[in-house]
Amino acid sequence: MTKTWNNRAWFLVLPVLLLVAFNAIIPLMTVVNYSVQETFGNNLFFLEGTKWYQDVLTSSRFHASLLRQFTFTFIILAIEIPLGVAIALTMPRSGPWVSVCLVLMALPLLIPWNVVGAMWNIMALPDIGLLGYGLNKLGIPYNFTRQPFAAWFTVVLMDVWHWTSLVVLLAYAGLRSIPEAYYQAAKIDGASRWSVFRYIQLPKMNRVLTIAVLLRFMDSFMIYTEPFVLTGGGPGNATTFLSIDLVKAALGEFNLGIAAAMSIIYFLITLLVSWIFYTLMMRGDEQ
Amino acid sequence: MRLTKWLVPTLYIVFLLLPIYWLVNMSFKTTNEILGGFSPWPKNFTTDSYVEILTNPVWYNGYISSISYVLINTVISVSFALPAAYAFSRYRFLGDKHLFFWLLTNRMAPPAVFALPFYQLYSAIGLFDTPWAVALAHCLFNIPLAVWILEGFMSGVPKEIDETAYIDGYSFPRFFVKIFMPLIASGIGVTAFFCFMFSWVELLLAKTLTSVAAKPIAAVMTRTASTSGYELGLLAAAGVLTIIPGAIVIWFVRNYIAKGFALGRV
Repeated sequence: MTKTWNNRAWFLVLPVLLLVAFNAIIPLMTVVNYSVQETFGNNLFFLEGTKWYQDVLTSSRFHASLLRQFTFTFIILAIEIPLGVAIALTMPRSGPWVSVCLVLMALPLLIPWNVVGAMWNIMALPDIGLLGYGLNKLGIPYNFTRQPFAAWFTVVLMDVWHWTSLVVLLAYAGLRSIPEAYYQAAKIDGASRWSVFRYIQLPKMNRVLTIAVLLRFMDSFMIYTEPFVLTGGGPGNATTFLSIDLVKAALGEFNLGIAAAMSIIYFLITLLVSWIFYTLMMRGDEQ
Repeated sequence: MRLTKWLVPTLYIVFLLLPIYWLVNMSFKTTNEILGGFSPWPKNFTTDSYVEILTNPVWYNGYISSISYVLINTVISVSFALPAAYAFSRYRFLGDKHLFFWLLTNRMAPPAVFALPFYQLYSAIGLFDTPWAVALAHCLFNIPLAVWILEGFMSGVPKEIDETAYIDGYSFPRFFVKIFMPLIASGIGVTAFFCFMFSWVELLLAKTLTSVAAKPIAAVMTRTASTSGYELGLLAAAGVLTIIPGAIVIWFVRNYIAKGFALGRV
């Protein structure tokens, strides 16, 4: 659609701008303030310059949480995106079961995040949980509060359970927008199942998949509540992702300067990666 | 071939339902039975946990405050986002692309970054521990999302409709409410659904911005889990009750969900 140039459109955007700016800019400025100052209580602040940033960037604790965060995000993207596409491909294209499927699949998305954590905690308890008890009964020693690998396995499984449906719904919406005629043409040409996927379905899902990757990246990168309720970041620090580490530093240890500098760095990383995805998406749009 | 086509979605749905079944199972057990060991279904079926939640004001007030801030947030987000989305879908203006991306960056901001400053901000303006604080704070990520989704739906409405209406002598507000909004009614429904969803599931900010009076149900649950020992039955029952509002909302918008996730611009 061709858009007309009209600067009065700013008036329509103004309410949103003011409300979001109130919520975003004031807190962000507070964080920036803390990140360059030192306090000894009593509301006395001293300018510290970039000391906190240097501390954070050179701290092995931050490197470790950052690495855990990237590993986690990479693993869940590598599982959820292909799995979601595969499930969407096998879903019926029409019929009464579609609504039922969609409602059941959307269910995990609407459960409060701490309930998701609590639910998987109950599910994974080694003595009374279905998963934990089952695995131990099968002869696989499993205790997610003791073994780092079991904790990772449980957190990843929980995230796959929680969010794969989002990918399914997006991919499914993309697939439904393909006209029936395309499939008929492919049939006449004798196209294989793989070429139908590669040359008809995948290009049509391109855009929704970018949205899926973008949303899953952003949300998994800021994951906090679910692993916090499930494992509390443990055992040890095994599942302490960036947000958990940040809240620990800010509210637990009250290291305001460190926490603020960490927040800014954290936010900038998220922003940078999201900007790359966003630019790619917009470029795809223009083509 | 037909069998495998059904197999994958069915297996996936079974996988999705298992933990939910386990939660429901726990919620109908007595504490003794839960601590007694593994059992695949409740042997001494009891509804005590549910009775406790529905009769104890600490519990049910949690639900009331959660639902009130979610509703306030949904109304604010959708009504603020509507004109903005219209502007983005119809006009080009100075800095529009930058503004749009800036709005989206707020959807990317980790709530953990904002928890402490939000606490100070909302304490300073005297809204701390009210549903309004949480509702306004959740606008941070819900308004950008609402603008994004609505803009997608609005771009699907041909521009000729606007022009015809203006020629027919409609003023902008009258055109917007009488003609345009009915045209994107499903988009508004989907947007409201998403605002409801993201406000309902968020806990970190909701917990930080409330203490006693406006405590959300999810925070009441964490408190129970940590102070009164390990009352898994109660915790499970409260969890089951938090799933119900979401399930009801999904049922109403089921036909639009898939479309809404694609943000109307597949």
